[in-house]
Amino acid sequence: MLNRKGSLGEAAFDTFNYVLLTVIGIVCLYPMLHVLFASFSEPALLSRHSGLLFRPLGFSLVGYEVVLQNPNIWTGYLNTLFYVTVGTVLNVLMTALGAYALSRKNLMLKKPLAIMTVFTMYFGGGLIPNFLLVKNIGLYDTRLALIIPGLIATYNMIVMRAGFAAVPDGLEESAKIDGANDFTILFRIILPVAKATVAVIVLFYAVGHWNAWFNAVLYLQDRGLYPLQLLLREILIANSASGNTVESVAMNEDDRSLVYVLIKYCTIIVATVPILFIYPFCQKYFVKGVMLGSMKG
Amino acid sequence: MELAKRQSTATRNSFLGRLRKDVFTNKYVYLMALPVIAYYVIFHYVPIGGLVIAFQNFNAFKGIFGSEWVGWMHYTDFWNSPYAFRVVRNTLLINIYQILFAFPAPILLALLLNEVRGRMFTRTIQTVSYMPHFISLVVICGIIVDFSQSEGVINDIIAFFGGERSNLLMQSDLFRTIFVSSGIWQEMGWGSIIYLAALSTVDPHLYEASSIDGAGRWRQLLHITIPALIPTITILLIMRVGHIMSEGFEKIILLYNPLTYETADVISSYVYRRGIQEANYSFGAAVGLFNSTINFIILIAVNNFSRKYLKESLW
Repeated sequence: MLNRKGSLGEAAFDTFNYVLLTVIGIVCLYPMLHVLFASFSEPALLSRHSGLLFRPLGFSLVGYEVVLQNPNIWTGYLNTLFYVTVGTVLNVLMTALGAYALSRKNLMLKKPLAIMTVFTMYFGGGLIPNFLLVKNIGLYDTRLALIIPGLIATYNMIVMRAGFAAVPDGLEESAKIDGANDFTILFRIILPVAKATVAVIVLFYAVGHWNAWFNAVLYLQDRGLYPLQLLLREILIANSASGNTVESVAMNEDDRSLVYVLIKYCTIIVATVPILFIYPFCQKYFVKGVMLGSMKG
Repeated sequence: MELAKRQSTATRNSFLGRLRKDVFTNKYVYLMALPVIAYYVIFHYVPIGGLVIAFQNFNAFKGIFGSEWVGWMHYTDFWNSPYAFRVVRNTLLINIYQILFAFPAPILLALLLNEVRGRMFTRTIQTVSYMPHFISLVVICGIIVDFSQSEGVINDIIAFFGGERSNLLMQSDLFRTIFVSSGIWQEMGWGSIIYLAALSTVDPHLYEASSIDGAGRWRQLLHITIPALIPTITILLIMRVGHIMSEGFEKIILLYNPLTYETADVISSYVYRRGIQEANYSFGAAVGLFNSTINFIILIAVNNFSRKYLKESLW
């Protein structure tokens, strides 16, 4: 950091620090690499292998072939895309409306509104009343059940309000003098100016939808509506999809059980790559998002 | 107090008058707030009202208004069941372990990264360590399941050092260790961002001045770096403690199984099994209400304590 004097103790500390951080980095990365290498391995070699993997054992795409030929995976993918896109758009719209109202300095009901929303971060009805509500208002077993009940994450709304508050007042005032109403100010001025904050919020909501699974367990029965994560749970954890996942490809019993070893790894990669692909593009917003969120109500 | 009261009665009419005027001048803002208010009322406050079924024998056909009232019966049932002690103990233990081990991990990582001078190196480690945060819980748990199997990687390592192979997730005495350590692995990097950001605001002159005064790196760490983090640590700790009764529930139901219920079953997973899977709605709501009430009380207590003695608080 700074020009500190390099004594022997400091050199020892630095070495220790670099080694430790490298180890932490490897530990964070390795499980994903293991899965990646395993997914490209020859099934026969992989099933005989034990211990860490440092490269694919042989090279084979048979696992991917089986996974990508499974119609359930494609349905899950499309459903997840629907939940991510429609869900995120509605999330951001509603969050922006709430954040805008909360960021108005002269609004008389601002304080009650803030208390009403923040209170729900600390106390709520919990699992059962929420479940019964979704059932009673007819959202059960519909796609909307995964979107409507979570329209606003209060934490994200607070982050967004902080972003809106940072927009210079002069911009809004001059727009107002030019005859702009609040909708114009929000959509034409504040959202474009605060786009870094908006990007963070989009990222948080989209990743949330991509990774969500529990509400689908609660609210969906129709397998045709299942998001990808729910199929993943069957394949990875419940171990129940072995039969119908592999059967779509013609092969004998032995090959099937060998390929099954691969399928887990291939589905993990297929389901994770899209998120990791957008990751480098979003990385510069992480710090901003986390920092804004840390500000007090 | 008295004066304020009298004034507020005196101005009640003009308060309504002012409100009407405010709604008129800000009509578009209120129009925007309307769906937001509706959302909060329907999806947050109606369920809070729905908690009354905790004191009923809720029957889905009769509804909240037709079901019979049973007072505290479900609470008595819960406390008399053999599971009450188990789930409360597990909930507290898992969270206490998390606060002891998982909470400090990102702080330590941030301190280590802060001592590194090479920017490239820091960035690489950060990028790699954030990554597990973005992988879905289902995939994370899938990897944990795969690695813990008796033929899995961790057992390969155990066997290499001469240990016995076994399915680690089937052993109840290992559940908490697996749960907490995998949580550290997944969230340590992400959690460190906020501390690193807090450290980046420290005035570099402080370090210069202290090194002129003869302070080594250890002293600088103790007297400059760590004090700079204290406010952030306090706020995050309050927030964490406020969730002491509810953290980690999704991961638990992905990883536990009847063999590990003894150490893994927490209040919220118990609510899920009894309430949703067995459709004992009233019982589930009662245990859930107990859980969130304790949570709320702890949060308020910790926040007040912190406001009084540490001068930091959430509100």
